[in-house]
Amino acid sequence: MTEITKHEPHTIYIKPSKGLAALNLRDLWVYRELIFFMVWRDVKVKYKQTLLGMAWAVIQPLMTMLVFTFLFDKVAKLPTEGIPYPVFSFTALLPWGLFVVALNQGSRSLVAHNNMVTKIYFPRLILPMSSVFAGLVDFVIAFVILVGLMIYYQVAPAWNLLWTLPLFLLLAIVTALGVALWLSAINVQYRDVNQALPFLTQFWLFATPVAYSASVISAKWQVLYFLNPMAGVVNGFRWALLGTGNGPDITLWVSTGISILIFISGLFYFRSMERTFADTI
Amino acid sequence: MTTAISVKNIGKQYKIGAAESKFRYNMLRDVIVDTVSAPIRLAKAMIGKSDRRMNQNYVWALKDVSFDLEEGKVLGIVGRNGAGKSTLLKILSRVTEPTAGTVSVRGRVGSLLEVGTGFHPELTGRENIYMNGAILGMRRAEIDSKFDEIVDFSEVTQYIDTPVKRYSSGMYLRLAFAVAAHLEPEILVVDEVLAVGDAEFQKKCLGKMGDVAQQGRTVLFVSHNMSAILRLTQEAIVLNKGQLLMRAPTQEAVDFYLSSGQAQAGQRVWDVEDVPAASAPFRPISLKIMNRSGKAVDTVRSTEPVTVEFEYQLNAPVTGLRVGMYLSTMRGEYVLTSFDTDAPDLFEQFDSRNAGRYISRAEIPADIFNEGRYTIGVNASSFGVRRYFMDENAIAFNVDISGAPGTHWPEPRVGPVRPRLNWKIEKIGD
Repeated sequence: MTEITKHEPHTIYIKPSKGLAALNLRDLWVYRELIFFMVWRDVKVKYKQTLLGMAWAVIQPLMTMLVFTFLFDKVAKLPTEGIPYPVFSFTALLPWGLFVVALNQGSRSLVAHNNMVTKIYFPRLILPMSSVFAGLVDFVIAFVILVGLMIYYQVAPAWNLLWTLPLFLLLAIVTALGVALWLSAINVQYRDVNQALPFLTQFWLFATPVAYSASVISAKWQVLYFLNPMAGVVNGFRWALLGTGNGPDITLWVSTGISILIFISGLFYFRSMERTFADTI
Repeated sequence: MTTAISVKNIGKQYKIGAAESKFRYNMLRDVIVDTVSAPIRLAKAMIGKSDRRMNQNYVWALKDVSFDLEEGKVLGIVGRNGAGKSTLLKILSRVTEPTAGTVSVRGRVGSLLEVGTGFHPELTGRENIYMNGAILGMRRAEIDSKFDEIVDFSEVTQYIDTPVKRYSSGMYLRLAFAVAAHLEPEILVVDEVLAVGDAEFQKKCLGKMGDVAQQGRTVLFVSHNMSAILRLTQEAIVLNKGQLLMRAPTQEAVDFYLSSGQAQAGQRVWDVEDVPAASAPFRPISLKIMNRSGKAVDTVRSTEPVTVEFEYQLNAPVTGLRVGMYLSTMRGEYVLTSFDTDAPDLFEQFDSRNAGRYISRAEIPADIFNEGRYTIGVNASSFGVRRYFMDENAIAFNVDISGAPGTHWPEPRVGPVRPRLNWKIEKIGD
C-alpha cells in the first residue's frame, strides 16, 4: 500500500438533480488527468496505421488552401486586402480547422464512447472537451506551416497585434467547445446530428470568411453577418497575424457575445441532459 | 463502525415503448404532418418538453429501495433478470441518476463490471494501463507505483509494448482485469464477473474478490451464481421487480430466493405486455430448460440430455412458420442454430399451422456442452417472408461438467463443446 491511497474518503451524495444542474467543476478538476490522457490517446491513435502519419496534419490544410487558391484567387480573383491569397486563406484555415475538428469529433464524442458512458462514472464534459483539445495539436502543426508560408511570401507579421492571438485562439476554443457541447448532448438522443453534420460544416464554412474577406460583406449586413461567432474568430486571426481589417469593433463584440452565449448555454444544457445520458444513449 | 453506503428510498424510472409510435402512420397525411412538425418537435425536445411523453410508458426499474451497509462488509445482491440489480449498481457507481431518493457513499466506488472499458486496440499494453487507470479514476502517480504489480498480475510482461489488438482475447482480458483489480477503491461493486472469461480467469476474479473482502473493503456482489454468493458474502438482499424483498444472512436469503419461485430457474415466461404488438399473430408464452427428469433447471449436467421447450400461441393460421433457437455462449459466440421443422416430415406436417396453442420441444443430446454459461435465443419466422418474434437472450443456463470426458484432469478446456468422442488407440509397432 502506498501513501497515495491513504487519504480520508469523502462522502458523495447521489440524488436526483433538479432544474439547471450545478456545474460540478470540482469533479472536472479531480478528473483532470483523464482529460490529458484522452487528448493524448486521440492524438496517438489518430494517424496510427496510416502511411503518411502526422504528415496528414500538414497535407489536409495545405490541400484545402491550394484548392481555395485556384478557385477563389486564380478563377474568381477575390480581393485579399493586399495579402498573397495562400497566406490569406491559410491564416483563416487555422482556427477553422480547429473548429471543424471540434464540430465533428466533439459532436460524436459521447456516442463514440458509449461503452464508457454506460459503464462508469466520470464527468461527461471530459469527452467533448478532450476532442476539442486534441484539435489543438493539429493547430500547432498547421501554425508552423503558416510561419513557413509567411516567410516564403515575405509577409511581415503584424507585430503590434500579435499578442492578441492567444485571445482569439481562446475565442475559437470557446466557440468550438460551445457548439460541441450542444451537438454532442443532442446527439445522444437524436442521431439526426450525425446526418446534419456534413451539411452543417459546409454551410458554416461558406458563412465564415475563410475563402473570402469579410470586407466583401456590405456595411449594413456586417452586424448580422458577425452573429456567426466563427466570423469574428477568423477575422480576428487575420487582424492579429496579418494586420488586415480595422481591428476590434462592434462586429467582434457581437461574435464574442454570441460565442459566450453558446458556450454558457451549452454548458448548462449539457449538464442538464447529462443525468439521462447513460439511459438514452 | 461507520456506514459506507446508505441508500434511502431509491427509485429509478425508465421509459419504454417509445419506438412503437414511430410506426403508426396510416396515411400519407400523417407522414406529411409529422415531417412538417419535425423542427418543432426537435425544438421542443431540446428544451426538454418532448411531446413524445404522451406515447411513452414508464416503468420503475427500482422502487423505494433502502438499506445501509457498514464499512468492510460484503453484501450479495440476488434477484432474477430485470429485478433491478444492475440498475442499483449503476446508481451506486454514479453511471445513472436515480429518479427518486438519495444515496450517500463514503469513498471511491470501483467496479469490476467495467473491465477493459476505454481500452484502445491501437495502443500498447503499457499505454492502455495508464489510459484505463485514468478512466477508472486513478492518479498517474498511483498507476506508476502499481505498474509493475499490474503487469505481473496480468502475465503479459513480454508483450507490454505491443498494441493490444495483437493480444489474444485471454491476454486482453487478463490485462484489463489486472488494472481494475489494482484500483483500490473503498467500495467495490462486482456484477456477474463470473459470466465472462474462462474458468481460470473466473477463479482469479473470485480469488481477488476474497482478498478485497479480507482487506476490509466494502463489497457489493451481484451474481446469478448462488454458490459464489454463498461463498463470498455473509449477508444478501433479494430484489424482485425493483423492490427489496428481504435482507438476511446469505444462506437464508438464498433459500428464500430459490424457494419463492421467483428464481424461475430454467424458465422464461412472457407476459402479454412483454410481447411487441408487431409479433401478432405469434405470441410466445414460455421457454423452459429441463433436465432428464423433466424439471426446469438453471444448471444442467453436461453428461445428461437437455430439453428445450418453447410454448406459444398462434392467434391466426400461419404459413411457412418455423420456430427455433440460437444457442450461444455468454461471450456471444454461436454454438448452434436449429428449427422445429428442420426434419422433412415435420416440415411437411407443420409448414402451415392453424391457430392454437403449440409446444415446440427439442432434446439436445448429452455430452455436448463444455463448462460455462450459455444463452438461448428464440425466433419465429416465415423464411424469406417475415420474422414474427425474436428474443436473442430469452434464457440462460449453466452447465456442470462433472463426469464429462477428461474431467480427471482438473484444467479448463477451451471451446464451447465438450463431446464424448470415440477415441481409439492402436499400437501399430514396436
